[in-house]
Amino acid sequence: MRASNAGDADSYRRLLLQLTPVLRAVARRGLASAGMADTDAEDVVQETLLAIHLKRQSWDEDAPIGPWLRAIARHKMIDALRRRGRRIGLPLDDFAEVLAGDESEPSMLVADVDRHLAYLSAGQRKVVRAVAVDGASISEAAARLSMTNGAVRVALHRGLAALAAKFNMEET
Amino acid sequence: MKTGDLIRALAADSEVHPMPPGRALALALIPGVAIALGLHFAVLGLWPHLFTLLGEPRLLCKLCLTFLLAALSGALVARIGTPGAGIGRITLLLAIVPVLLAAANLAELLVVPAAEWGQRLVGTNAVFCLKHIPFLAAAPLVASLLALRQGAPEHPALAGAAAGLFAGAIGAHLYATHCPDDSPLFVAAWYTLAIGIVAAVGAVAGSRCLRW
Repeated sequence: MRASNAGDADSYRRLLLQLTPVLRAVARRGLASAGMADTDAEDVVQETLLAIHLKRQSWDEDAPIGPWLRAIARHKMIDALRRRGRRIGLPLDDFAEVLAGDESEPSMLVADVDRHLAYLSAGQRKVVRAVAVDGASISEAAARLSMTNGAVRVALHRGLAALAAKFNMEET
Repeated sequence: MKTGDLIRALAADSEVHPMPPGRALALALIPGVAIALGLHFAVLGLWPHLFTLLGEPRLLCKLCLTFLLAALSGALVARIGTPGAGIGRITLLLAIVPVLLAAANLAELLVVPAAEWGQRLVGTNAVFCLKHIPFLAAAPLVASLLALRQGAPEHPALAGAAAGLFAGAIGAHLYATHCPDDSPLFVAAWYTLAIGIVAAVGAVAGSRCLRW
């Protein structure tokens, strides 16, 4: 994390990839212990990853990272449970059988990608799609969309922040 | 979006370096406190007797207590935006302030004859104190809340209340340099109420704007 805060994108990516199975297990256990179907676990994982990313500056580099990560994961879990608690009458159990996955990431339909990206402005959506889904680098995305590197960076960052905000908005 | 896709996007975004909450607080306070100082001197000016009376124990006590409260609650605000950082010890330290205030009140009650207690408690400027402290606290409160948005407070309302306490203490310290009511009885009643108002405003604002 220290390396990634210093701007090492590669080690940052490895860190997040290593964290994901742990977060997934935590999310499944949390949802299950609250008596809810774990079909939403992947949403909770993504929300937590977004929070870790957008709040990474709040980690004090001299402090151990464990308590920080745990606190963020717990916060997002509570958030998710509160939100799902309010969504009354959604027959999650019907979907549970179909969607209940194993330890790996459940495969999603193309529509799922759009469900997330639909909340972004057109420019942000293009950039996030190019980088996230098509795996383009910043400069590749910039060339493809005929934007400057800086504009791509800004659009990407704003898009990610908008995704996180959208999760919070669902609450109301 | 698949989780792997999301991670790819997050890694690509890692070149942006947001500011740590502690530094954000320090930076935000510069304009915040400058505005409060400016308003204070614009509205009230420098109290002419301040320096001649600085040795007076009641005035000194008032200034020290509000300064101590501002320093400790500032340390609390700097920590409260970090998930997993314990705030137990600093909160415990903060409890020193009401204890000291209670001790000062006890001393005042022993020194001053009972007939004067009521007049000292009510003072001459209670309503102005209630208005002026929140007025001075407004800019530091906005600054503290903006800085906390950089962090990730686990309990937004609590963090907002801490920001309000801090801002209220700054306002109270500034106002104390000009307030003619020096009795600890007055401070315990009206300063506490004024700071409490700012803390309540902070809690409401925090529960709205500090969620993440």
